[in-house]
Amino acid sequence: MALTLIAKGAEADILIDIDWNGRKVLLKRRGAKKYRHPQIDRDIRRYRTLHEADLIHRAKEAGVPTPLIYQLDPEGATIVMEFVEGEKVRDVVPKLSLEENRALFHLIGEEAGRLHNYSIIHGDLTTSNMIKTGNRVVFIDFGLGEVSKEVEKRGVDFNLMVRMLASTHYTVMDPLLESFKDGYRAIMGAEAEEIFQRADDIRRRGRYIDKD
Amino acid sequence: MQLKVAGIDPLICLGIESTADNLGVGIASSDGEILANEVKVYVPDLGGIHPREAARHHSDNIGAVIATALETAQVTAKDINFVSFAQGPGLGPCLRTGATSARALASYLKVPLIGVNHCVSHIEVGRLATGAKDPLTLYVSGGNTIVSGFESGRYRVFGETLDIAIGNCLDTFARLAGLEYPGGPAIEKLAQQGSKLIPLPYAVKGMDMSFSGLLTAVSNEFKSGKHSIPDLCYSLQETGYAMLGEVTERALAHTKKPELLLTGGVGANKRLRGVIKEIAEEQGAQPYYVPISLATDNGAMIAWTGILAFTHGIRTPIETSYVDPRWRLDEVEIPWR
Repeated sequence: MALTLIAKGAEADILIDIDWNGRKVLLKRRGAKKYRHPQIDRDIRRYRTLHEADLIHRAKEAGVPTPLIYQLDPEGATIVMEFVEGEKVRDVVPKLSLEENRALFHLIGEEAGRLHNYSIIHGDLTTSNMIKTGNRVVFIDFGLGEVSKEVEKRGVDFNLMVRMLASTHYTVMDPLLESFKDGYRAIMGAEAEEIFQRADDIRRRGRYIDKD
Repeated sequence: MQLKVAGIDPLICLGIESTADNLGVGIASSDGEILANEVKVYVPDLGGIHPREAARHHSDNIGAVIATALETAQVTAKDINFVSFAQGPGLGPCLRTGATSARALASYLKVPLIGVNHCVSHIEVGRLATGAKDPLTLYVSGGNTIVSGFESGRYRVFGETLDIAIGNCLDTFARLAGLEYPGGPAIEKLAQQGSKLIPLPYAVKGMDMSFSGLLTAVSNEFKSGKHSIPDLCYSLQETGYAMLGEVTERALAHTKKPELLLTGGVGANKRLRGVIKEIAEEQGAQPYYVPISLATDNGAMIAWTGILAFTHGIRTPIETSYVDPRWRLDEVEIPWR
């Protein structure tokens, strides 16, 4: 055991153990939050840990790259998983050319389509939750995900990607959104349009949005 | 910040706030001083805010509130360099009453008119009052629940409610449970005597929150007669504030802002302040709490934002000074930052 804290997220701490039974692994530990009621805190951490591990497995069945899971501890709210070498898409975007970014978002759109096609809702589809490693994009953090085929939930997932582009990658939002949609369409086929339409409805359901 | 225009120093702005139940008139100077902050609150006889009744209250009282504000600030109408008003978001009839008064006053005094965004004004007066420079802001009130931070010329929205505001959820439950007005403080007081956590729906979706299901669930638990009111208040606060806390903490971790600002009427709640303090400590940010008189809806924030806008070239010609009940925070260009 040689633990190093590498990231302190809002929800979980990410630690690296360079010698976990002879392997370099990543530990995702959902720490207790002092600000919330202990019962709410325990329920959220336990549920999200179990659920995340389940969805990470399902995603692999769908053909979407996710980290391998080595160990799961629901009470300790900890997942021990493969250390994925690479960089968050969020940080990669500003370094790439428009062409490279378009190819990247086409691939991300395809992977999102594969998840949805396999009844997986990611729940937090942001560029901070995707790691670019070589030519692959590994999806992480399924803690807010769920199993569903509902158009509404797929639409919410898609809408979050749109919102992420608008808030964080706003300078390249339009072309990257188009590439994402192309990739998504390539997997989801005719169903895609209904989901885009629903995402737009969801957006307009939001507060103070122009209804036209 | 350069806030001087054409040698007038300091500039004096009178601001009118009338987006909902509070009618506010504030007077601010370009030195960053709040010279007056008068508020008159419409209290419904029964039920929630009736927009038309609230608007009538505002139009009946605006003259007197302006007079009191001028008196408090010890300035005369001739000292006012321009007039600002909350152009949105808010309740249409209430907004129109404030806008009409502002237009009339500006044309009578022959001074420029400036329409400002209500949500932007909450953040700006919060920065002024606390000294926070670049905070992530949690703005929680009866009408709004928004987590935002400044990025490239605008206040970007990182998370918000998908349906009703947290304050609306608290107020509506308080009325159902027959608690005294206003509902928020009454719930806070009772919650201190509660101890049993009743399971209620925790609805965080991505970075957004939903409070309508929470309101329905807590209302049903109340109607079931199985729980004490303190336990219901306690559970409502714990669940709602845990949701606010999670979204705020995630936005803070995402943006890495060095400061965390809590504002809006619900920001007066001590339990919520405790949540914010813990989150700020955990994420290494400095917490700031806006004093209640400037955190609830008020005219001073409109006057101060009017000064920021005016000194950066913004004018609102009377012909195009329509109110916009759905004017989003993230639609507003912020040239002064």
